[in-house]
Amino acid sequence: MGITERLIEDVGIRRGVSRLTPEKIEKIVNAVLKGETGARLKTYAETCMRCGLCAEACHFALSHPDDPSYTPAGKVHQTMSVLLDKKGRVDPDFVYGMAQLAYTECNLCRRCVHLCPIGIDTAYIMSTVRRICHKLGVTPQYMQDTAHSHASTFNQMWVKDDEWTDSLIWQEDEAREEFPGLRIPLDKEGSDIYYSVIAPEPKFRTQLIYQAAAIMHMAGVDWTMPASTGWDNSDMCMFSGDFEMMGRLKRQHFESAQKLKVKRIVMGECGHAFRSVYDTGNRWLGWRHHPVPVIHAVEFYWELIQEGRIKLAKKFPGPVTIQDPCNIVRGRGLQEKLREVTRFLVDGDIIEMHPNREHNFCCAAGGGVINCGPPFKNVRVDGNTVKAEQLRATGVKTVITPCHNCHGGLHDIIHHHKLGMDLKFLSDIIYECMEKPEA
Amino acid sequence: MHPPTLWNWEPGQRVILSSMKAPEASAWVEEPYASPDGESLAALTTLTEGGCTALVNGEPWENTFEKGWHLRFSPDGRLTAVVQQDGMWTLAVDGEAWEESYDYLWGTQFSTEGDVIAACIQNGGEYGLCLEGTPWETLFENANQPTLSADGQSSAAVVQLASLKPADLDGFAAGVFGVAVDGQAWDANFLNVWTPTFDPAGKRVAAQVRTTLYDYSIAVDGQKWANDYGCVWEPRFNPASGSVVAPVRVAGAWGLAQDDQIIWEPKFAQCWQQVISQDGKNIAAIVAPQFGTFTVAVNGKPWGITLPVVTDLVIGRQGEVVAALGNTDNRDWRIMVDGKFWDGSWDMAWQPVISANGGHVAVKVEKAGRQTLVVNGRVYPREFTKVWEPTFSPDGTKMLIRALDKDAFLRIVAEVGRA
Repeated sequence: MGITERLIEDVGIRRGVSRLTPEKIEKIVNAVLKGETGARLKTYAETCMRCGLCAEACHFALSHPDDPSYTPAGKVHQTMSVLLDKKGRVDPDFVYGMAQLAYTECNLCRRCVHLCPIGIDTAYIMSTVRRICHKLGVTPQYMQDTAHSHASTFNQMWVKDDEWTDSLIWQEDEAREEFPGLRIPLDKEGSDIYYSVIAPEPKFRTQLIYQAAAIMHMAGVDWTMPASTGWDNSDMCMFSGDFEMMGRLKRQHFESAQKLKVKRIVMGECGHAFRSVYDTGNRWLGWRHHPVPVIHAVEFYWELIQEGRIKLAKKFPGPVTIQDPCNIVRGRGLQEKLREVTRFLVDGDIIEMHPNREHNFCCAAGGGVINCGPPFKNVRVDGNTVKAEQLRATGVKTVITPCHNCHGGLHDIIHHHKLGMDLKFLSDIIYECMEKPEA
Repeated sequence: MHPPTLWNWEPGQRVILSSMKAPEASAWVEEPYASPDGESLAALTTLTEGGCTALVNGEPWENTFEKGWHLRFSPDGRLTAVVQQDGMWTLAVDGEAWEESYDYLWGTQFSTEGDVIAACIQNGGEYGLCLEGTPWETLFENANQPTLSADGQSSAAVVQLASLKPADLDGFAAGVFGVAVDGQAWDANFLNVWTPTFDPAGKRVAAQVRTTLYDYSIAVDGQKWANDYGCVWEPRFNPASGSVVAPVRVAGAWGLAQDDQIIWEPKFAQCWQQVISQDGKNIAAIVAPQFGTFTVAVNGKPWGITLPVVTDLVIGRQGEVVAALGNTDNRDWRIMVDGKFWDGSWDMAWQPVISANGGHVAVKVEKAGRQTLVVNGRVYPREFTKVWEPTFSPDGTKMLIRALDKDAFLRIVAEVGRA
């Protein structure tokens, strides 16, 4: 059992591996280990007791119950442990499996940290493996293309500068039919709120921009969106291991907000981008925290509700269940606010998955796994049968999850397992149920 | 009116517009913009009958447009807006649309004096810039990060020089990006190019480049520096010597390189936004001596004051004064001048303004929703609903204050010594 028995052909990984030599691998592995790691990795490597408790944490392991190679400790055992033991003297074929495992069989979701008796952060170890893979030039094709897009356009979907503002103006036009006087204010200096999104929104989920504008308008928010780069808060470079580009993206994002002298950044319903902005990208740049306060949409909607600024004409018919996005729940502790917002919006019960909140399972799309593209779709769907079981056990028809990756991952799981459930962003429901101007 | 020497510098206050009340034909009026000389206040307005126009001191432009956005004054006082007419986009300048129009137009740029206006364009799926409406002769598959020379005679952008198939790793690795200057692409292609910038004469262009996923450097007129670095940030030309200065990352630490030679040892957790005095003798940059702690370094030596975030660095013409802003969590903004904090903290502060003779510094600030100025460390004795960044008179003795007091737009000339 192990990664070598389930290799999948990927253009990017194969291309990178074909250019490797053992000497090059050894040199790069040791350059990263010596230059970019220290006591943290050494502590993790030396203190793991192989107790196996982490097996219960990982949706991949639970979905493959007879195969310990899917456990967090098993994944480390097949990758970083080998690099450390052999001091980087591994062959290109090993790198192929290491890359596939690190990029597609670990969502960096950090659930295993909770179950590890000594708190080993396997996600950090796998991120370091990915960093090595990036430096070796061995990344999945679709993820690397996304990183190329980030580097060339400062967004993840090759959206050109005109397409961005044109999409906003188009959505503003559409929304004015329903909300006379609505604006999507561009580059409005001194606004309270700088609203940022991820590139799929202007590319193919423009209704989310429409809905956000409608909510801002009806709540009377002083807000703006940037007219130039920095608007995309997403970050596949964080997950590919290209930390230099991760820093460049976050610099663009924060400086765009700083230039407009806004009070706070509100991010749309995305999980991984939040991780990049509040945890990793900002710190690579030398900031201990984010230089401009960053509020996830869940927290923002919660604030608007507390202040009585979202008024409902009706409630959304429940019951519903909630998929907890890892990066804003385990990462930021927004689980209760997510439920309070949901209770405000829904007429009916929240039927919880089990486990739930910070112990909920990942969607298996996060951590950049869904961005590895079609070759690995079955890896994440088959690797999350526990999620399908969780969902089915709720017996509800509607799943609320405020995260793009969760939507992508759960969509495939629901379809594959014929669960017949609908997925909703919070803004879908707020927009559907809120008071609107008389027609 | 332009230049500033011709502005009315008679001390005193004038009410330019007594009320910002929307005209009857307006469905709503957007946020206002003040002209550089303080004689005009402008805002876009959407009309009840459809379409939009601009209001200047309450009076609408004669022409109306289907759509409009990005209202901005040129430094020479001309009012511009990106507008759509008959489904095509162009720029309206003082109410008159350029003769040329495009499938899309955005990103207005001004020369230092404001006498040249440029914009980004997309026509038929091809991208480039136009100057005063006239497009580059050659357009490209993509063009971004536009820049205009100080005199407005040249423009440049990062351009895509070859098509990429979907998820085309080999195509990308071959290098399809470069810089086009006035529509003429450099001979050299790179993996990526960022932040092209002109020298003060508008003759040379420097940019950040990446030749592999891991090798960063600076290219000047298409010629890459010999050394590669772990990362680089935006280059700047030394106005006096013509040398190119850029932050570079070596072994995980940041310093400054000039013409590919290290001039500030890489020892910082961060180093960026360098500024160079006109005489070329003084360089300042925002640096992080340690992780999470930022300040300003002048000629490589960090100030003794630090904050979690430092922004808005400026330097006097001769380097006689260096000013920046610092904050904690985007609050408690402090003004930092020549290594010392000015008294007071603010909810927000704007980039410091230094007088031409270097003797004075003024900063727009906000607290509890009211705005005012801090001049040479002293708070101006009046608050406003809104104030724009101040302008010093050319001789540095007076200061132009453009402000909204409730609903009235005021033009105030104050003597700096009494401000």
